[in-house]
Amino acid sequence: VGKSTVDDEVLDNLEEILVASDVGINTTVKIIERIQNRVSKDKYLGTTELDSILREEVVALLSDTSDTDLKEFETPPNVKPYVIMVVGVNGVGKTTTIGKLSAQYKKAGKSVILGAADTFRAAAVDQLKLWGERVGVPVIAKGMNTDPSAVAFETVQAGVEQNADVIIIDTAGRLHTKVNLMSELTKIKRVMQKVVPDAPHDVMLVLDGSTGQNAMVQAREFTKATEVSSLAITKLDGTAKGGVVIGISDEFQIPVRYIGVGEKVEDLQVFNKKEFVDSLFKKN
Amino acid sequence: MFDNLSLKLDKAFQTLKGQGRITEINVATTVKEIRKALIDADVNYKVAKEVTDDIREKAMGQNVLTSISPGQLLTKITNDELTHLMGGESVDITIEGNPAIILIAGLQGSGKTTFSGKLASYLKKQGRQVLLTACDIYRPAAIKQLQVLGEQIGVEVYAEPENKDAVKIAKAAIAHAKKNNHRIVIVDTAGRLAVDEEMMNEIARLKEALAPSETLFVVDSMTGQDAVNTAKAFNDRLNFDGVVLTKLDGDTRGGAALSIRRVVEKPIKFISMGEKMEALDRFYPDRMASRILGM
Ligand SMILES: Nc1nc2c(ncn2[C@@H]2O[C@H](COP(=O)(O)OP(=O)(O)OP(=O)(O)O)[C@@H](O)[C@H]2O)c(=O)[nH]1
Ligand SMILES: Nc1nc2c(ncn2[C@@H]2O[C@H](COP(=O)(O)OP(=O)(O)OP(=O)(O)O)[C@@H](O)[C@H]2O)c(=O)[nH]1
Ligand SMILES: [K+]
Ligand SMILES: [Mg+2]
Ligand SMILES: [Mg+2]
Repeated sequence: VGKSTVDDEVLDNLEEILVASDVGINTTVKIIERIQNRVSKDKYLGTTELDSILREEVVALLSDTSDTDLKEFETPPNVKPYVIMVVGVNGVGKTTTIGKLSAQYKKAGKSVILGAADTFRAAAVDQLKLWGERVGVPVIAKGMNTDPSAVAFETVQAGVEQNADVIIIDTAGRLHTKVNLMSELTKIKRVMQKVVPDAPHDVMLVLDGSTGQNAMVQAREFTKATEVSSLAITKLDGTAKGGVVIGISDEFQIPVRYIGVGEKVEDLQVFNKKEFVDSLFKKN
Repeated sequence: MFDNLSLKLDKAFQTLKGQGRITEINVATTVKEIRKALIDADVNYKVAKEVTDDIREKAMGQNVLTSISPGQLLTKITNDELTHLMGGESVDITIEGNPAIILIAGLQGSGKTTFSGKLASYLKKQGRQVLLTACDIYRPAAIKQLQVLGEQIGVEVYAEPENKDAVKIAKAAIAHAKKNNHRIVIVDTAGRLAVDEEMMNEIARLKEALAPSETLFVVDSMTGQDAVNTAKAFNDRLNFDGVVLTKLDGDTRGGAALSIRRVVEKPIKFISMGEKMEALDRFYPDRMASRILGM
């Protein structure tokens, strides 16, 4: 391409920043190639321009929310109840995100009902119930070791009866490699459809922002099992950057909807592409 | 992605056929492939660079003609180097004092509470009197979670649900243990981020007040590039004795193991590979090396 040494140095430096943010080699190479193409085409000069080109290219890889008209914590018109099923591997922050999300929906004037379909992990039901109390939303639970699909079924049923705006189903953490547990999710989905045929309207995959390249595999496998429609990235209040989500969003065309920035009820934010990309290039 | 590293390396070597020895020139491309494989496995990029520099040194001047393929030779050198870096002999946890205290620390959701239960069960099976202590006073139902696990494995859990001082709870647990003949006290703590000053102070105070004979840092094996920052920050505050790698029952390559080992130079003592209380094992550096390399 006929680059000067400074350009190569800049690109190397860029590569380092991206890789150190968990963007992963493949996506990093893709970003750098896109920049190189543009740079030679646009006859680029100077690092300030390069910086904005870079940010533009990364933003371009992050896919858009499908319902762009949807305001913050709004639900689509004519969809009531709006059913969200929350899935993900162990310990990523599903239950906590549900607690925070309920609070936001409630604040937006929506009535919310939660389903405690993690009947497996020790005290998971109690954890969700405590969040329900904290936020002031009802939780449907049948206790530990009961059938999670039955809980989901009853929750959706209760939601319809009580005329709820939003129903959120918590599920047990599961590694995507566990075939039985993955097909259990498919079953939970199917059972809910007996009550609300187009439920769940959103299957939200929660990813831990400190997870590395395995998050890519998680996205692939959960999408196969449940048609994931949105992402939430948690624990971005630490020094981890969550860069792997760029490749995920690009490859699977799933929008990131929320980010978790703490353990408190208010620590949930609507994902902002620009801010996210800026934080990638911010030194800790 | 790199199901077979040596095939990749062979490919990188193909253009170099006919050269009997590994030289500065022909090793460059292969070392790049190795570095890429390590980063793909979530080894920290700086660590990956250092490690591949070492591998280059080791590979230099080796006779490739005597081996089955140069790729295999390089893979073996890499595998040996990773195994060496992660460990040598396995190190046991230190159980000393009356009672002996084991402090558990780590990020949110890494698997501390589950591991606390597993370790208690493991020690109980060795015939020891163990007491679990619930010092996570923040997470909703954290105490209950430990109590449920304690019940499952038949180990008593000390808790003070109304007390908001982790140090006081832990001290009371020790007094309780002395009185009731528990020889080991395992202290489960809340998850915390290394940047959370207040919470890092709390765990440092716990360590100071309890003088544990073993402090374990529990880390999720799926952790990416940030593993080194976190491990270093926890080690700076706690000078922990060992590392526990969790969730290895999945398909993560687990490069964090290498990064942490390299950066804090503390042994990995246990691996956790499932949600069940029995899913605990010792750490084997050679297995971990193969896993990181995708073999
Ligand atoms: N710092 C920080 N901690 C978080 C965030 N979200 C969740 N956590 C913490 O992460 C830990 C795990 O959260 P949970 O909500 O229990 O995760 P989960 O995915 O429901 O876990 P399982 O149900 O066991 O699979 C808890 O200690 C939470 O307080 C976040 O955005 N930032
Ligand atoms: N698959 C798998 N899951 C695990 C393993 N260890 C823990 N878990 C699960 O990971 C999730 C988090 O585990 P916890 O023990 O609650 O983690 P923690 O570090 O105590 O979490 P906080 O107290 O919130 O910081 C739970 O769903 C556990 O069942 C493991 O080795 N394999
Ligand atoms: K961050
Ligand atoms: Mg949960
Ligand atoms: Mg815990």
